Amino acid sequence: MEPTPLLDVVDQTVDLVTGDQTIQPVRSVSFQLRRGETFGIVGESGSGKSMLAKSLMHILPDNARVAAGSSVRYDGRRVDELPSREARHFWGTKMAMVFQDPMTTLNPVRTIGAQMTDPLRYHLKLSRSAARERAADLLARVGLSEPKRRLGQHPHELSGGMRQRVVIAMALSCDPELVIADEPTTALDVTVQRQILDLLADLRAERDLAMVLISHDLGLVSRHTDRVAVMYAGRFVEHAASAAVFAGEGHPYTAALLDSMPRFDAPSHTRLRSIEGRPPDLRALPAGCSFAPRCRYADDRCRQERPRLLPVGPGHDVACHRTEEAAAGAGTVLALGRDDPHELSIEQEVG
Amino acid sequence: MAGSGTAALRDGDVVLRIEDLVVDYPLDDGQVLRAVDHVSFDVRRGETVSIVGESGCGKSTTARAILQLPPPDGGSVQLDGGEITALSKSGTRAMRQRMQMVFQNPIASLNPRRRVRDIVGEGLAIRSGKRLTDAEKARVDETLDAVGLDPESAGERRPHEFSGGQCQRISIARALVMDPEVLVCDEPVSALDVSVQAQILNLIEDMKDRYALTILFISHDLSVVKNVSDRVVVMYLGKICEIGPVDAVFHSPAHPYTRILIDSMPEVDPDSRAELIPGDVPSPLNPPSGCRFRTRCPRADERCREEAPVIRAFEPDHFVACHHVGVPVSLGPASAQV
Repeated sequence: MEPTPLLDVVDQTVDLVTGDQTIQPVRSVSFQLRRGETFGIVGESGSGKSMLAKSLMHILPDNARVAAGSSVRYDGRRVDELPSREARHFWGTKMAMVFQDPMTTLNPVRTIGAQMTDPLRYHLKLSRSAARERAADLLARVGLSEPKRRLGQHPHELSGGMRQRVVIAMALSCDPELVIADEPTTALDVTVQRQILDLLADLRAERDLAMVLISHDLGLVSRHTDRVAVMYAGRFVEHAASAAVFAGEGHPYTAALLDSMPRFDAPSHTRLRSIEGRPPDLRALPAGCSFAPRCRYADDRCRQERPRLLPVGPGHDVACHRTEEAAAGAGTVLALGRDDPHELSIEQEVG
Repeated sequence: MAGSGTAALRDGDVVLRIEDLVVDYPLDDGQVLRAVDHVSFDVRRGETVSIVGESGCGKSTTARAILQLPPPDGGSVQLDGGEITALSKSGTRAMRQRMQMVFQNPIASLNPRRRVRDIVGEGLAIRSGKRLTDAEKARVDETLDAVGLDPESAGERRPHEFSGGQCQRISIARALVMDPEVLVCDEPVSALDVSVQAQILNLIEDMKDRYALTILFISHDLSVVKNVSDRVVVMYLGKICEIGPVDAVFHSPAHPYTRILIDSMPEVDPDSRAELIPGDVPSPLNPPSGCRFRTRCPRADERCREEAPVIRAFEPDHFVACHHVGVPVSLGPASAQV
């Protein structure tokens, strides 16, 4: 029998009130996460990926709430039914979050030490000195030099990369089993980004952490996750092993995203295949597939009937009528219609 | 990498020639922060030259100093052979028409209270000092059409009614309407989603052909730079590390920093990467002695501490500022596989 997944999300939907309308930035999202597994969520701005993360962390803005019928189970138990005493020590301890911008995550007028010891004292009931001791250990673990001195510093005294290390140390402080990282390196320079991603990978291996990594960057996510879901207009449109998603033979939106990325291994001045148009207005979603107005494979059925997320191969789910039809027949429609991304690659000499 | 020196300057049909450019920022406490330190490079007619580097390397400051926004604290900038660092007010105004700029944040760089036609036509109105003539109005509409906006429906609307990508089209139209020789693009696609980014990069390529532009492009994104550029300038802490044709520089980087930038890309297989010395970029207020990259460079030695390297030819048309070049750079088993 399969062990109980660490996180089991079923039909997660978020209602958001804007003016006199209610829109749904997240619609019927379901996924499971095992211990130690890394799950990526990729999408463009407005796709609902951050709203999904906030709904899992119970930090939705005031005008948003999780819709009835949604369920999130952690280790087999519904998180919205935890007794209040347990709930108080659940978010931030068992499940922790790393945000995009370390400057806005950290309080600018409090020292690093004060901010780090708060949760340790509240959740773990450590004494002041024990909490400081542990905070210094955590800072050392995430690679900050002179951890004791850092505790007395304010966020502005640290560089962006150092601040993000502090944020990661804080997320790890109460020994979480699951970390949700929402664009953890987007605000950082590329060499620092790599150090932070390497750090997260080490910590994951060391502590058997499960992680949800959210990003707009397909290249980054595919390198650092086991499985990936692609989000468009609030829904998962593709969900599979990272390599399978990155092969671009599933959902046409994923394929189009891959085609529109400038490739470092392509010669300069290679014409990019852009996706015409832009994501739909959530207040006026098309009747059928949300991507149909921008999709070059769309037909009448796509415009009328919303496709469900269905398996097209082992462990590979896609919400697309055309992919599904092709999978039922022979080969994939995308493999026939799409340029092979690898034909552009030039041989790179080994240094 | 303290790359000073003018070895990389070329002959030929050079539109922009930047020599020993220096930009200083005086701080409140009397210290001076040298953001750009003796930078020299040139841009030939019809070329796209990109400056790439991490935040604080001086790439945007260099672009702005070239546009005299504000004028640099030292060095020379020549546009078509004419010095532009010491022009009169009217001379500067005339020069600005020949060099236009597209900024990073498409929404913040457009006046929210004005209609698109007025935003795009403003440069023409300032040039003539009068209301737009019919010919100028036609030019505004033609430029809007060229960047993919319908002049009739888009022209009368205001920026907030447009998406980020469309606002960037408006910014590009505003620049092109002046018929500039040089277009300076400072991170023009960094704020855009990847699908929109591709539209704007393609548009910049199309406009370059249609309006016979020379482009100076600033970006931190190596893949974007690879896509749009002919030539690339790699900067670190206010100095140039490496200059050369983009395919050559990214295929066989001569400078250790360029190699590390490439190997830091998330697409590169983590197992095949060169070693990076951990740590952040040092403060530009107190840059390391000698080569500025030495504190993070796996090849640094005593000479790097004592002596700042000067830019020299590594192969024809490919220049580097590193004491250790000559030996081909191979820091590890890395290659730029994606």
